[in-house]
Amino acid sequence: MSTTTTTPPIPAAPTSPLNASRTLATAARVLRQLRHDPRSIALMILVPCVMLFLLRYVFDGSPQTFDNIGASLLGIFPLITMFLVTSIATLRERTSGTLERLLAMPLGKGDLIAGYALAFGTLAIVQSTLATALALWGLGLDVTGSPWLLLLVALLDALLGTALGLFVSAFASSEFQAVQFMPAVIFPQILLCGLFTPRDNMHPVLEAISDVLPMSYAVDGMNEVLKHTDMTATFVRDALIVAGCALLVLGLGAATLRRRTQ
Amino acid sequence: MMNYSAGPPDTPAVHAAGLTVIRGPRTVLRGLDFTVPRGQITGLLGPSGCGKSTLMRSIVGTQAKVTGTLDVLGRPAGHPTLRTRIGYVTQAPSVYDDLTVRQNLDYFAAILAPGHAASERRRSDVTRVIEDVDLTSHADSLAGNLSGGQRSRVSLAVALLGAPELLVLDEPTVGLDPVLRRDLWNLFHDIATRRGATLLISSHVMDEAERCHRLLLMREGEILADDTPDALRNRTGSETVEDAFLHLVDEAVAAGRKKETTR
Repeated sequence: MSTTTTTPPIPAAPTSPLNASRTLATAARVLRQLRHDPRSIALMILVPCVMLFLLRYVFDGSPQTFDNIGASLLGIFPLITMFLVTSIATLRERTSGTLERLLAMPLGKGDLIAGYALAFGTLAIVQSTLATALALWGLGLDVTGSPWLLLLVALLDALLGTALGLFVSAFASSEFQAVQFMPAVIFPQILLCGLFTPRDNMHPVLEAISDVLPMSYAVDGMNEVLKHTDMTATFVRDALIVAGCALLVLGLGAATLRRRTQ
Repeated sequence: MMNYSAGPPDTPAVHAAGLTVIRGPRTVLRGLDFTVPRGQITGLLGPSGCGKSTLMRSIVGTQAKVTGTLDVLGRPAGHPTLRTRIGYVTQAPSVYDDLTVRQNLDYFAAILAPGHAASERRRSDVTRVIEDVDLTSHADSLAGNLSGGQRSRVSLAVALLGAPELLVLDEPTVGLDPVLRRDLWNLFHDIATRRGATLLISSHVMDEAERCHRLLLMREGEILADDTPDALRNRTGSETVEDAFLHLVDEAVAAGRKKETTR
């Protein structure tokens, strides 16, 4: 082991804000880590399906209710799952010292964030596809619009979940705290997003709050697909708001990655 | 030898003047002045909590609130071009426990030298560093299933990727058995002599000091001595570096008391 072979050194590439190869390498690494943890993958993919299945028979007597809640949940599940997975994964990255190591290397912050978003986005596609397919063809969810639009909103929601998870992980110093951010950040949005009662039935103050929470638009978008055959202007607005929020929070998340720390 | 430095090669590896670091309410490093020459192994020694890790983090560019002058390989510490020229190993092994040894190294190699064109060289580089730290038989084991000493060697292997001109190693031999420690020190010397790389290695085990070309002895955020092991022993009339260190500490404490009483 004391003999160092004299292979010529690799000329290292300089740091750039975003480098496609480094982003892809990061995404591949995150997925590779997940592959060593098949139970987590199974939970992420199966739990939403099981919940939908459960709901279908909870509302056995009123298929109308299942249509409303089912469509909303197709938007909420990916958000919650990706939020949890990303916040824990990036927290681990921070506490294990690998983040410090990566930021001392020529990795751009954008590479790391885009890598995570890409990896978990891929997973979200699988999850959303299965859940949407099950709801539409297995459980008879009655949707007027195109299933592709449902999938699009689900994907944007997953991206938003990834962004929120990345952002809050900066404020958690342990996995205990990270999990507690779930009820703090996600539950109020679930209560106010119009899942339980239409938003205009709420107290005006709560309605105003729900107007600035991104999940409201995610659920609204799902309901547009549920009721209309075409892509409505409201749907486009909803989709853009969710995407815009996701990008904004990803930007905030990037700002929490510091090369120099205390 | 293989010198890719952008700065003139005759600049020292590290040059500090009035280097001060504040962490919270505490001043961890107090106006340090020192120089680390190129192509040698410099040992950074001192009791735990004396500021060794903070000094190393400052040199690598990950420490906040650093004031004074700190030039590394001819550039101010933390300069983006330095990120490919420095290999850094933190005290706690920083690798992904849910990846194998080879997968860990593949990823970090792809960060250093991205792109499809470099894939062949990356592979040989990864194989080389796994051999260097003697983990070939464990290359496909998950890092999380390895022993503490093996995991710290994976962490060391990451720092050996590419051909860093400066290696900053924070207690790389802690918890290793004597045979491995000897082998690693042989590797460090090999890297210094063959590649002309500079190594800055911290330790609180004084017998490792004898294996360094130069020593920086630290205590409570200050540098007590900056010399070769031989010169230190001669100056203090001690048998070992450990005795020399204790001698210098006693001197510093006495000087401190004197200052207190004259005040």
